Amino acid sequence: MSEVPMSEVPGTTEDELEAPPVASVAPEAAAEPEAAAPVAVADATPPVEVAPGEAGPVDGTAPAAPVPAGPAEVTMRVWRGDQTGGEFADYTLPAQEGEVVLDVIHRVQATEAPDLACRWNCKAGKCGSCSAEINGKPRLMCMTRMDQLPEGPVTVAPMRTFPILRDLVTDVSFNYEMAKQVPAFQPGPEPPGGYRMLQIDVERGQEFRKCIECFMCQDVCHVIRDHEENKTRYAGPRFFIRYAELEMHPLDTNDRRELVRQKAGLGMCNITKCCTEVCPEHIKITDNAIIPMKERVVDSSYDPVGWLGRKIMRRHKASPEEAARTVSEGALGNGSPQESFGAASPEEAAAGNQ
Amino acid sequence: MAEYESHHYDVIVIGAGGAGLRAAVEAQERGLRVALVCKSLLGKAHTVMAEGGAAAAMGHVWPEDNWKVHFRDTMRGGKMLNNWRMAQLHAQEAPDRILELEAWGALFDRTKDGRITQRDFGGHRYARLSHVGDRTGLELIRTMQQKVVSMGVDVFMECKVLRLLADAEGRISGAVGYWRPTGEFITFTAKAVVLATGSIGKSWMYTSNSWESTGDGHAMAIWAGADVIEMESVQFHPTGMVWPLSVRGILVTEGVRGDGGVLRNSDGKRFMFDYVAPMFRAETAETEEEADAWYEDHINYRRTPDLLPRDEVARAINSEVKAGRGSPHGGVFLDIASRRSAEYIRRRLPSMYHQFMELAGVDITATPMEVGPTCHYMMGGVRVDAETEAATVPGLFAAGEVAGGMHGANRLGGNSLSDLLVFGRRAGIGASDFAEGRSGDPTVDDGDIQTAIADALAPLERDGGENPYDIQHDLQETMQALVGIIRTGPELEQALEKLGELKERTQKVAVGGGRPYNPGWNLATDLPSMLTVSTAVAQGALNRKESRGGHTREDYPNADPEMGKVNFVQRQTDERGPYAPISINPEPLPVMPPELAELFEEGH
Repeated sequence: MSEVPMSEVPGTTEDELEAPPVASVAPEAAAEPEAAAPVAVADATPPVEVAPGEAGPVDGTAPAAPVPAGPAEVTMRVWRGDQTGGEFADYTLPAQEGEVVLDVIHRVQATEAPDLACRWNCKAGKCGSCSAEINGKPRLMCMTRMDQLPEGPVTVAPMRTFPILRDLVTDVSFNYEMAKQVPAFQPGPEPPGGYRMLQIDVERGQEFRKCIECFMCQDVCHVIRDHEENKTRYAGPRFFIRYAELEMHPLDTNDRRELVRQKAGLGMCNITKCCTEVCPEHIKITDNAIIPMKERVVDSSYDPVGWLGRKIMRRHKASPEEAARTVSEGALGNGSPQESFGAASPEEAAAGNQ
Repeated sequence: MAEYESHHYDVIVIGAGGAGLRAAVEAQERGLRVALVCKSLLGKAHTVMAEGGAAAAMGHVWPEDNWKVHFRDTMRGGKMLNNWRMAQLHAQEAPDRILELEAWGALFDRTKDGRITQRDFGGHRYARLSHVGDRTGLELIRTMQQKVVSMGVDVFMECKVLRLLADAEGRISGAVGYWRPTGEFITFTAKAVVLATGSIGKSWMYTSNSWESTGDGHAMAIWAGADVIEMESVQFHPTGMVWPLSVRGILVTEGVRGDGGVLRNSDGKRFMFDYVAPMFRAETAETEEEADAWYEDHINYRRTPDLLPRDEVARAINSEVKAGRGSPHGGVFLDIASRRSAEYIRRRLPSMYHQFMELAGVDITATPMEVGPTCHYMMGGVRVDAETEAATVPGLFAAGEVAGGMHGANRLGGNSLSDLLVFGRRAGIGASDFAEGRSGDPTVDDGDIQTAIADALAPLERDGGENPYDIQHDLQETMQALVGIIRTGPELEQALEKLGELKERTQKVAVGGGRPYNPGWNLATDLPSMLTVSTAVAQGALNRKESRGGHTREDYPNADPEMGKVNFVQRQTDERGPYAPISINPEPLPVMPPELAELFEEGH
């Protein structure tokens, strides 16, 4: 990984990631409607004449692509290489209306570079496979419209935090290892007539369960982006929302707070909100998951009775020791439960919340 | 001789969507050694795309609902071509499967009294779909993914299976494939193999399916000598995005209509009232007032025709566009903006809101969507025993979209997610029982493995030849134009001819680069599957000389009662493989017992 000259790419240095370049489009801005004129029924232009057997959603051929309003050509500056190193290669193609970055990458594959590696599945922003650093900012390739990027070459690089497999594809197994460390959901006994939960109580967890596991929050998190050594003791934002989701689940009885503090390294997060900024699902990772979790972890140390009082419908909580025992041995480091990392002390965590 | 790594299990499950995950949970709980093998990363399977919900007659919203009503809806939706026993088991067991997910941590949307709420969907008499906004599939996947991980199932991610392997007695005994990240080969031996490989949609130009839907399971089953049925029954979902071109085909959930959205043509007319088939007339509203009243009162009013089964709606949209009453980009309008508040739309349909805002620049709370049919779902597939999901070849099981029978000629929305759960579990049980009853260690033939590896490597070793992307493009164009939503005999014959040419060309494919994560090579190994299933679809469509469900023949526009009594069964016998012929024969459908048959008589 260290041999990859990613730092040479404009916009991939830490500073620029902390403060996204003005020219780059933030997710919120991408959602603004002024970018393209909505089609209204009331003043719709007369329907396109569609001859039978031609066009239409049914038959083989598409309606002729409208002449693009923007530039006639697009240039993709794509990182090509593997663990041993690599470099950026430029591909210039004719522009087409309405395309996202992934469309253009696919056209590069189909024409100039059939072996260009890129991971993707749904192409609709639902599976979280096609994460990359576009003009230096982590984005889903399938949800980044070409016409909303600044003019000029579009730089597409793999996520920097994970080891390169090939080209745009990284080895994200770190995340799957972290997932194994999360003690499973453990509901209390089912009451007669089944579990009951109110919508207002499930909504907190539902926000976190929108996560599509694109791992861009992990990619952008300085704790592991800039400190490889922390990967053994820091679960990262994706798993902090998983812990928060379980912690806030009305039926769950497992107590994972000590685990989150000690082994998952919650205290190392210094709340820069980089994760929240890149989340394509607009999950408020920092405000709604990490900060409340830091508070709960503090509460559990100093005010266990008050913490219990705030829990609703909890029948039994496993002790931290019980929860920790359900964690499989190994990947999260072999430190003792007493070990604490970084700014993990409850006082510091609380201070960070002010 | 190519080298490969070997793994030994009791049960291997190929595919990690809803059905594969559910099967793996079941087999692992039995204490068997289980491997879950998937082409993508865990949690990325196409099930995440399912939006609207999982159908289960829990009766939380309408106490009148029960499994018999659900069963009847399913059979009628499938134009009575379903395997009745599968439809019955599905309707009976779906509620337990949903509640089970809740006990595994799923957070479904709730009723006011704290139970799982249910939404309306096409073809379902009562609001029946358990859901989480419009991202229900993601909830299913994540819940079962987390369950599988916590149980310690061995997962082989980004591992593509090329062929099934059999022992000397013809029992399925393993599989051979390769790791996508490294291109290294891998073999499994197993006492039972569960296929849960999903769909075939990638052979069409406009599809809601991802790149993974290349019909690997359908094809591998055929090559292994198993029967497949109803391959002509391909569902074109009525509402896919039509603009911009790059997103054409991406799904727009039926939930939009379930939550009050209506279809309009360029005159602003709700045209679905003109397309109510006799079969559905008695229970469909005749006026807009009646249709709108139905949303609040299902007992005293009849349902809106916007929620007719998908095949009916897709054909109606097709007709409107052909008559020149389409939208500017060749679809029709789906309007929820004028009918529900912006707040309601954003809460009920958050994914749709973002999808249109971010990909098309359209605010669906203010403007209608443009939609048109998109290739969506494969009803046909591996012929299985209804109780165990055993295929016709011993040791092989299939569940989910790769299996046939459950949905007949047309699937109702919401019945897919519940299908995955019900039959995923049953396949897990069936495979586990088979594995436990099988004596001795399964054996596979190294010669078969070497052949599969040699076939896979050939495109990398060829100097100069066909570009796999060109072949895929030509295949998609052929299937879209000639084996699409409306079919004719001459066009289907032409399609088979073109597929023959594409098979020739596929045997000359050459790709550059190496084996590690090489998408050109990966596509080259997908093409044989795509061609086999495309051939089976075209053959089935040519033989079913009638119109029924998802299969519409312009030259045979009506349903033929005699054809409604048979399945078209396809198989390879002596000669097998991607380029061997596939036979096709009609075989009688299983006959429904009288106590179920009476549900379809007058008065029900």
